[in-house]
Amino acid sequence: MRLFGDNPVALTVAKMAAVVVLMFSFVFVVMVPLYNVLCDALGINGKTSGQRYQAASIQVDEAREITIQFIATNSDGMPWEFRPSQTMMKVNPGAVNDTVFLARNPRPEAMVAQAIPSVSPARAAEFFHKTECFCFNNQPLDGLESTEMPLQFIVDQDLPRDIRTITLSYTMFDITEMASGAVASR
Amino acid sequence: MGDHHHGPAKGLSRWLFATNHKDIGTMYLWFSFAMFLVGGAFAMIIRAELFQPGMQLIRPEFFNQMTTMHGLIMVFGAIMPAFVGLANWMIPMMIGAPDMALPRMNNWSFWILPPAFLLLLATMFMEGGGPAFGWTFYAPLSTTYAPPSVTFFIFGVHILGLSSIMGSINIVATVMNLRAPGMTYMKMPLFVWTWFITAYLLIAVMPVLAGAVTMMLMDIHFGTSFFSAAGGGDPVLFQHVFWFFGHPEVYIIILPAFGVVSQIIPAFARKPLFGYDSMVYATASIAFLSFIVWAHHMYTVGMPIAGELFFMYATMLIAVPTGVKVFNWITTMWRGAMTFETPMLFCIGFVVLFTIGGFTGLMLSIAPSDFQYHDSYFVVAHFHYVMVAGAVFSMTAAVYYWLPKWCGKMYNETMGKTHFWISFIGFNVTFFPQHFVGLAGMPRRIPDYALQFADFNMMSSIGAFIYGASQLLFLYNVIATIVGGKPVSDEKVWEGAEGLEWTVPTPAPFHTFSTPPQVR
Repeated sequence: MRLFGDNPVALTVAKMAAVVVLMFSFVFVVMVPLYNVLCDALGINGKTSGQRYQAASIQVDEAREITIQFIATNSDGMPWEFRPSQTMMKVNPGAVNDTVFLARNPRPEAMVAQAIPSVSPARAAEFFHKTECFCFNNQPLDGLESTEMPLQFIVDQDLPRDIRTITLSYTMFDITEMASGAVASR
Repeated sequence: MGDHHHGPAKGLSRWLFATNHKDIGTMYLWFSFAMFLVGGAFAMIIRAELFQPGMQLIRPEFFNQMTTMHGLIMVFGAIMPAFVGLANWMIPMMIGAPDMALPRMNNWSFWILPPAFLLLLATMFMEGGGPAFGWTFYAPLSTTYAPPSVTFFIFGVHILGLSSIMGSINIVATVMNLRAPGMTYMKMPLFVWTWFITAYLLIAVMPVLAGAVTMMLMDIHFGTSFFSAAGGGDPVLFQHVFWFFGHPEVYIIILPAFGVVSQIIPAFARKPLFGYDSMVYATASIAFLSFIVWAHHMYTVGMPIAGELFFMYATMLIAVPTGVKVFNWITTMWRGAMTFETPMLFCIGFVVLFTIGGFTGLMLSIAPSDFQYHDSYFVVAHFHYVMVAGAVFSMTAAVYYWLPKWCGKMYNETMGKTHFWISFIGFNVTFFPQHFVGLAGMPRRIPDYALQFADFNMMSSIGAFIYGASQLLFLYNVIATIVGGKPVSDEKVWEGAEGLEWTVPTPAPFHTFSTPPQVR
């Protein structure tokens, strides 16, 4: 390289500095997106697939019955009353199912919440398709207001035969500060 | 710079504006020893609290700060700077170079370290206390639930990362460009080789650590959600990023130790190192493998079975090059004319105890049984066998081995041997019982424990006090040597020692190899 002429030390340093810059950007540009892509693609971490569900041909498999259990949890410091309207449902693969979750803000001031889903067993995550879910958006509630939050889902016909029960769990986080654009100040 | 020969500057400016590799090496070594005593004091507080079940001396919040700071100080403040100091002193002398390639940057990489650690230690006096989330600083403990002082911790990590990166670039530049004529790569002493590879590891992963703490900073102050589930992030991501740095980091700590042992054992066995080439290739293989095994620290986070298997087999694979090294050291000693001076004792102690630590590592690598061992005292015992009996023992051996060359005076051999035996016994009394309490279910990082662990914990604490006290003997021996040791003038202090550093006068003059030697 002409830039460094006859100074081999400067050339070595430039190469090493380039590696440093590369590795620092690697964390942000590669590791973080790759992690999300992998979790998505493999359905690990109980994350349901972000890909749009293509209902090839809706064939309801009447012979199989899958038990779906619903769990609602509040994250640390979240005051909302948050529960599923029914804790258990029996569904057939391929059928479109509807249910609602109930939430109430017991505080006098308005709050914004975000529900984060998780599916167990993790293997079932890629076969659990949510066509409509309150977790797709954040949930603003005025003080003392309550609401019904809809959920619509289809269990895939290709769900492995050994899975008979799927648990869908939501954790509700208070994101009022984040949503208002106010940065948490310490 | 004039072409006349000049000696060190006088007074404080000699150290503040030091560009001489020997002066900077000395500063690194003293700084790391000071940090070793600070981190050791924290360990003494931990062991004093764990002497008996129940809470006696300190509060749990403070206990958590002690475990965290002990780990951070020992890893980043004691072991790493100690080996950088050794590299500064020895690499130019071993390859026949007049100094490091970048002497001014060398000064800078040392002098930003003390402020970084003052910052880190100062957090303990801030509101909410210092870091209390473990040296691995897992999110969200280190983000959502962290004390306000975490911002200073992040800044401290940035600075010490910068120091390591600059130090490593300097070492790579020195080794690649300043070797004496005839000093080919495959003739370099193994200490130089292991540091050369370590420097590459540091350059590759220190920026990853900087990235991890930067993401923490952004989550805490700038409203991002890298590690916060509420905003669509994931705390498990933190563990992946951290251990992608963290696993190469543990080899950064142990590879220079391998190098030291590979210098000292041949000297006292009076035989050339067995399998030099295989040592070099084994070191490189370990460095490569360190990048693809990180998730064995997190088997329990809920990985797919294929992932668990991959990381399990890859981890077990590391035992192969490591085994090559251990057998090479043993074969070097085999039928050698061995004598057992203090450096050799510490090296033999290293080989024995590091191998035990390696075997417990193999046990931990087995994913299904790791679910039982995970976060237990078994893990604590494992990594202290490789960190203390590995890195610290080899560092101690290095100081005894090269001290006569550095200051031209011989240490007190009886005191040195006493130091070894007290250390060896104290260390094993401390950490061997921790295997048992760990397997019986005692979790790590707890200030109080169930009654059935009481006896072993009391043993551990007594051992820790013995080991801690023996380091004061070491300090005394080193100071006594520098102040009034018996002068030595032989260029070759040890009969069996080989290498360019033993061709310069004793004590090593301020400038060595101003004209490069010819290596045949």
